[in-house]
Amino acid sequence: MTDTAAGTVHDRRGGLLRRISDTLFRRPHLLLTLLIAPPLLWLGIVYLGSLLALLAQSFFSIDEFSGMVKREFTLSTYAELLNLANVDVILRSLVMAVAVTLAAALIAFPIAYYAARYARGRWKAFFYLAVMLPLWSSYLVRVYAWKLILAKEGIITWLADKLYLTWALDAILAIPVIGGPSLSISYIGTFLVFLYVWLPYMILPTQAALERVPANLLEASADLGAVPRQTFWTVIFPLALPGLIAGSIFTFSLTLGDYIIPQIVGTSTYFLGQAVYTLQGTAGNIPLAAAFTVVPIVIMGIYLSIAKRMGAFDAL
Amino acid sequence: MTSAVSFQHVSRHFGPVRAVDDVVLDIAPGEFFAMLGPSGSGKTTCLRLIAGFEQPTSGHIEIFGETAEGLPPYRRNVNTVFQDYALFPHMNILDNVAYGLMVKGVARQARQTKALEALDLVELKGFEARRPSQLSGGQRQRVALARALVNEPKVLLLDEPLGALDLKLREQMQVELKTLQRNLGITFVFVTHDQSEALSMADRVAIFNNGKIIQVGAPKDIYERPRTRFVADFVGSSNVLPPDFMQRTGGPGKWVSLRPEKITITARGMTPGSHAVEATVTSVHYQGAVTRVNAEAAGQAIAVSAPSSFGAVNIGDTVTLQWPADAFHAMEDEA
Repeated sequence: MTDTAAGTVHDRRGGLLRRISDTLFRRPHLLLTLLIAPPLLWLGIVYLGSLLALLAQSFFSIDEFSGMVKREFTLSTYAELLNLANVDVILRSLVMAVAVTLAAALIAFPIAYYAARYARGRWKAFFYLAVMLPLWSSYLVRVYAWKLILAKEGIITWLADKLYLTWALDAILAIPVIGGPSLSISYIGTFLVFLYVWLPYMILPTQAALERVPANLLEASADLGAVPRQTFWTVIFPLALPGLIAGSIFTFSLTLGDYIIPQIVGTSTYFLGQAVYTLQGTAGNIPLAAAFTVVPIVIMGIYLSIAKRMGAFDAL
Repeated sequence: MTSAVSFQHVSRHFGPVRAVDDVVLDIAPGEFFAMLGPSGSGKTTCLRLIAGFEQPTSGHIEIFGETAEGLPPYRRNVNTVFQDYALFPHMNILDNVAYGLMVKGVARQARQTKALEALDLVELKGFEARRPSQLSGGQRQRVALARALVNEPKVLLLDEPLGALDLKLREQMQVELKTLQRNLGITFVFVTHDQSEALSMADRVAIFNNGKIIQVGAPKDIYERPRTRFVADFVGSSNVLPPDFMQRTGGPGKWVSLRPEKITITARGMTPGSHAVEATVTSVHYQGAVTRVNAEAAGQAIAVSAPSSFGAVNIGDTVTLQWPADAFHAMEDEA
C-alpha cells in the first residue's frame, strides 16, 4: 500500500468556470431556473401579456360619432359580434376550417403511415424533402401560383379541355354556394389552397405519432385474431390520434386566422382573419377586431376539451 | 398421432441470409417444447413461422395436420407471448386481456367474464382497471400470458418471455409456467437462449445453430449425450477435449465432452493413471455451494466444478484431475 498525500485524491483545480460548474452541480434548480427564465419571461410578458392587452380591448367600445375608443367596460362590442353579418363571417370561417382539417387528415394519414412504417433511408429523406420543400419558399408566391393554376385561363381549365372533361369542371363550378365563375374565385379554390398550404402541418405530427407505434403491437393484434381493419381502428388509429389532433390544431387554427389566402383566391366575402385585419386597419374599430380574435380562441378551447373528453390524449 | 406443429424441410431466407435452413421438426400435442440457441440461430424465426408473422421461403408447415403456410396470423389458432409483452398501452388490463375475444365478436359481458378468469389464472385479480405502464415487468408478463391464454390457443408460443425479468422472478415464473402448462395441457413452444431455463422447463429441447437444428431430445439426453461440440459447449459449459488429449489419458480417439462436475480434484501426490491427468490451477471462483476451478493440463484448459467443501486450492497448485471411465461422452460429429 502506498500512502496517499492529503489533497491529491480529488481534482482540486480552481478557476472561475470550475467554481460555477461546482455551484450548479450543488444547486440543480439554479441551472434550470437560469435556462427557462428568459423563454418564460418572453411567453409571459411579451406574448401572453400583449394577448391579454388585446383581449381587454374587446371590452371597450367605439364612440359612433368621434370614432374614438371609449375606455369603459361594456359588452356592447360582443353584442355587435352577434349581428347577422358578423355571425356569417364566423360560420364561414368555421366551416372552412373544419373542411380543411378533415380533408388534410384524410390525405395526410396514408402519406404519414407510409413514411412511418415503410419508408427507409433514401426514401425517408425524399419524404421529408417532399413535405418540407414547399415550406421553404414564400407563402405568398405559392398562393399566387395557385391563383394562376386555378384561374379561368389556368392549367386546370387547359387540362380539363385536353382530357375532354370541361363538362365535369363546369358541373363542379355550377354547384351552388361553393362554385363560381372559375375555381380561383370560388370557395372550392380557397379550400384547395388552404389544404395545400397547411397539409405539411398535418403530415408531420401524424407521422411522428405513427412512428412511435411499435410494430409488435400490430403483430400482437393480428396474433390475437384481429383482421387488418380491426387492427387499424383499435390499435393504430387510437395511438395516432394525438398526432392527428396536434396536426388538426395547426390546420384548424391557421385556417381560422389566415387573412391572405381568402383575399387572393376566392370570393370577396370575408373570413375571420380578414375581418380582424380590416377592422383594426381601415375601419379603426379595435374593440370589435379584438372581439373577433376571441372567437378562434374560444373555438379552439371548445375543440380541445371535446378532444380530451373523447380520450384523444389517453395514449400520450 | 398428428403433430401439434410439423416442419417439413422449412427454410426462410432473408436475401442471402438463411435464417432458417431446411428444418425438419415435429412437436407433439401437449408437449412443452423449447427452442434453444444463440441469438441469430433461427429459433425466433421458427416461432414467427408458426405464428404466421413470417412465411417460409420453401417447405411445408402443418399445425395439427392443417397446412399453415400462406395463412395470415389472425386465421391461426395460435397465440404468442411476446418478448417485450407488446401490451396495448392505450387500453386497461381488462381490455388488453379481452382483446382477442373482442375482435372475434364475443359479447361484452361474456368476454369480460372470461378475461377476469384468465387474470385470476395468472393471479392478477384486482388489476383490471390499470394501464400496462402502471405494472411491473413480472405483472406485464402475466398479463401477456393471460391475454394469449384467454383465446384457448391450440399452441402457445413464448418468445423469450422471461428474458426481461430479474433472476428471482424468472425462477418463480419458470415453475408457474410449467405448472400452468401441465394443468392446461396446451402445447407450449418456448424460445430461449438460456440453457438452464430450457433444460429445467422443457419436455424436449431443440438446439439451433446457424438456422439449423443440431439436436433434438429430452434435456437429460442433450446434456449427457451432446451430439456435437457446439451442443456440448452451448448446453452447460462442458469441457470439449480433442482426440489426441483423450488418447493420452486412456480415452477414445475422438472429440469428447466431459462435464466439469464429473471431475474430482485431488492434491498432488496421487499417481496419474488412466482417466486422470496432472494439472496446474490457473484460477479459482467461489460460487457458494460449488467452487469452479480452472486448470491447465498439457496445454489443455479444463474446468472443474467441485463441492466447496473439498478443501483449499490455490492458483499455481499442481493437482490431479480424475474422472470415472464412463464420465465422458464421445461425439459423433466434430462440427
